[in-house]
Amino acid sequence: MEARGASALSIAEGVRSGKLRAREVTEQFLDRVARLDGGLGCYLLVDAEGARRRADAVDAAVKNGSDPGPLAGVPLGIKDIFCTKGVETTCASKILRGFVPPYESTVTARLAAAGAVALGKLNMDEFAMGSSTENSSVKPARNPWSTAHVPGGSSGGSAAATAASLCTGAIGTDTGGSIRQPASLCGVVGMKPTYGRVSRYGVIAFASSLDHPGPFGRTVEDTAALLEVMAGADPLDATSIPAPVGAYRQAARAGREGGSALKGVRLGMPAEYFQPGMDTEVEAAVRAAIEELRAAGATVVPVSLPNTKYAIATYYLICTAEASSNLARYDGVKYGYRTGEARSLEELYTRTRGEGFGAEPKRRIMLGAYVLRAGYYEAYYGKALRARRKIADDFAAAFAQCDAIVTPTSPVPAFKLGERMADPLQMYLADIFTVAPDLAGIPAISQPCGFTKAGLPIGLQTIGPALGEEICFRVAGAYESRTDWHTRLPPEVA
Amino acid sequence: MATDWEVVIGLEVHVQLATQSKIFSWSSAAFGADPNASTDPICLGMPGTLPVLNRAAVESAVRLGMAAGCHIRTRCRFARKHYFYPDLPKGFQISQFDEPICEGGAIKFRLRGEPRSIRLVRIHMEEDAGKNVHAAGGVSFVDYNRAGVPLCEIVSEPDVRSAEEAAEYVRAVRTLVRYLGIGDGNMEEGSLRCDANVSLRPRGTEKFGTKTEIKNMNSFKNVRDAIEHEVKRQATLLDRGERIIQETRLWDAARGVTQAMRSKEQAHDYRYFPEPDLPPLVVSEEQQAKLRASLPELPEDRFARYSGPAGLSAQDAGVLAAEREIADYFDAVVAAGAPAKRAANWVINDVLGRVGDPRRLGAGDVPVPAAALAELVTLVEDNTLSGKLAKDVFAKMWTERRRAKEIVAAEGLAQVSDGGELEEACRRVIAAHPEEAARFSSTPKLMGFFVGAVMKETGGKGNPKAVNEILRKLLA
Repeated sequence: MEARGASALSIAEGVRSGKLRAREVTEQFLDRVARLDGGLGCYLLVDAEGARRRADAVDAAVKNGSDPGPLAGVPLGIKDIFCTKGVETTCASKILRGFVPPYESTVTARLAAAGAVALGKLNMDEFAMGSSTENSSVKPARNPWSTAHVPGGSSGGSAAATAASLCTGAIGTDTGGSIRQPASLCGVVGMKPTYGRVSRYGVIAFASSLDHPGPFGRTVEDTAALLEVMAGADPLDATSIPAPVGAYRQAARAGREGGSALKGVRLGMPAEYFQPGMDTEVEAAVRAAIEELRAAGATVVPVSLPNTKYAIATYYLICTAEASSNLARYDGVKYGYRTGEARSLEELYTRTRGEGFGAEPKRRIMLGAYVLRAGYYEAYYGKALRARRKIADDFAAAFAQCDAIVTPTSPVPAFKLGERMADPLQMYLADIFTVAPDLAGIPAISQPCGFTKAGLPIGLQTIGPALGEEICFRVAGAYESRTDWHTRLPPEVA
Repeated sequence: MATDWEVVIGLEVHVQLATQSKIFSWSSAAFGADPNASTDPICLGMPGTLPVLNRAAVESAVRLGMAAGCHIRTRCRFARKHYFYPDLPKGFQISQFDEPICEGGAIKFRLRGEPRSIRLVRIHMEEDAGKNVHAAGGVSFVDYNRAGVPLCEIVSEPDVRSAEEAAEYVRAVRTLVRYLGIGDGNMEEGSLRCDANVSLRPRGTEKFGTKTEIKNMNSFKNVRDAIEHEVKRQATLLDRGERIIQETRLWDAARGVTQAMRSKEQAHDYRYFPEPDLPPLVVSEEQQAKLRASLPELPEDRFARYSGPAGLSAQDAGVLAAEREIADYFDAVVAAGAPAKRAANWVINDVLGRVGDPRRLGAGDVPVPAAALAELVTLVEDNTLSGKLAKDVFAKMWTERRRAKEIVAAEGLAQVSDGGELEEACRRVIAAHPEEAARFSSTPKLMGFFVGAVMKETGGKGNPKAVNEILRKLLA
């Protein structure tokens, strides 16, 4: 088997049929990580021993004739925001250094039960705050297509590792674009499902009402297969949705049916997402992609999402408020980092938090505390909640006219490391096309739809209505079957 | 002349709900485990964990609200209340803010025989915090067993007018909680806690004075003493023309004083916002109807029944209604055939005197069950047993766990009402005291002497009424 470029489902098929051994696949990927990750910085922790143990268990199941699961032997990377029992989980923050959870996230438990082999914990922006993975307290991750460029963020490690075949798929979280934007910048598929479709239990909270766990894959069907395992109601997450999980793989395959794959599908093109001044290469690639979808049988209709202009402001009011609350528990009392010297309780708190958090979490904690202070709730948080409702209403109205909405994922291709670090506002604008679906809690997928002249990937975003994961997979599957962007591989630099 | 100050008190009472597990997670909510033994990743606020609401806690809160006559919201929500303290694992407490589960209502009780009704603002649900434990050498530990234990906070209007009334109000809350079986209301163990907002104003005026909040009162006596002290402190300051500073004060029971803890300026900004991890809580009309049907007869209703139709004194009715177990026991004695007044006397004077904690009466292994007591009362009522001997029989019943009839039969204690036998005894007594018999017509008080002598002669078994009649006839 050639590990480089291998899809998750081809490996699962091989392992399930006995043609491949999970242990051998695992060793190949561990070897790739050892050789290649030094230049990419995708992994914060490689759990070789655990991976071999899981692979051996899969092989044993195949040997004695029991079902090893739909993801048998699939090597996965886990964003370091998912709690893994007995394996250090830090959210790429100094304040959680040394924290070993005594419990497993629902998502990683489900993936393990389906036979997947987790290789280790992936790099990210600290507490998922950022769009470039430069906010990792450990090291920045780099874009496999050009290591001078960022992989996007916050799930930059997940996207880069998938693109570089340092795993065949990965999981991440999307709060304002943190799955789709790095998927776009690294040329892989990333899916943010409906809010509540995937359990958040064991996913370290950044902004609770916006955090969406989701999968990355090399192909649309790989991504669909991962989501099928991850999704579903969870008694440990009161916000999880009880509706049955859709047939995502089938939807992804349905999109392959030649010239009529999208017959009867109406695709909405929102004017607000195609503004003058956007990157011309990105615009050209996305417009060409939409033409390709038309060729697959879809009709394209103009739609309007007029409140999109409030999305970034709304997002930063809500996510900072929730972050300031969620990050209050890191106080040096119970776990993780504690300052070496403190003479009073006050000092224990201020020193631990002052030393443990990086600049971006501090910025958001302060903004969030300001947003929530007594007497100003209505002016900020209350108003943001109303704007959020309007943004969701925009989508609901648009979906009365179309079945899915197609837009660019990111207004620009990958930018260079350091380029936007000095200006947080520029960094925040990287999420301009991805935040609205997070605010509305609706599913959206990003897939590769071309490359810039400089060889950097460009992403197409397909947004569906609530619980409309299947239409997203169908559209994405149709596009993928008519193009070969997803078959291109980034260069390998050892 | 010194101003006549009116005392204005509002109370915040925290009641721990005796559910099996915690309000948002699975570890035990029971008191008394080894430090940090009753914990789980959720109540410890570990990263990535999420709260899931315990429906049993919701039902307890709704029943409490119904018992206090509150409006129950069909839809309410939780909110995060932020502050930093080591015993608060998440850096916020999950509480309720703008949408509490219960609103309005009142706590009813009697103060020196007068009915009182203290209006409630609200009852809301929240999670308890852990406990900081300060050891020798300046070392502190945290015990999170209590973290996540369900609480109801009952907030009163400023309707309370004295320290004594405040203590009675808290006692009435405890009675209600125990009647509903939703908690044990133990102030010493902290399963019932009380903070008081105290202010003074010239009697006859409307405007509230500046208040102080008193904390750390962990007994009914503390509530009364602390508020009494605070009222005196404020009156002294106001009489001197000084101002009251709005602040939180801690009661120091050992020294008998309140001490400033933090001023209004140092007060926390709790930065409340709706808890995003919990969907809105819905308690449907159907669920409400079901819970309403599960309410027991409430303390004040029982008091009214005892002091009204049953014809008991207010004093006795109050004692019987004070605990649900006493009232249930008393009702069972009456249901088994004992007249209410006699049953009340036996329960109050004899049963409660021996049982210790009255809640044992509900346990089912009381030495004298209600039916057994009713049997004893009936024996006295139908003159089988004298009232005096009945006390001895009861003592035997309690220590030996035997039935009254069995003791009376085995020890030949049945009262003698038979005319012939009693007349014989009377004649013997009169014959033995000729001098007193001669003086009887001029000194009728001697009847007592003769009755006593006859009772002695019959070993206490003579029916006093019959003895009276026979003696009157023989001495005439």
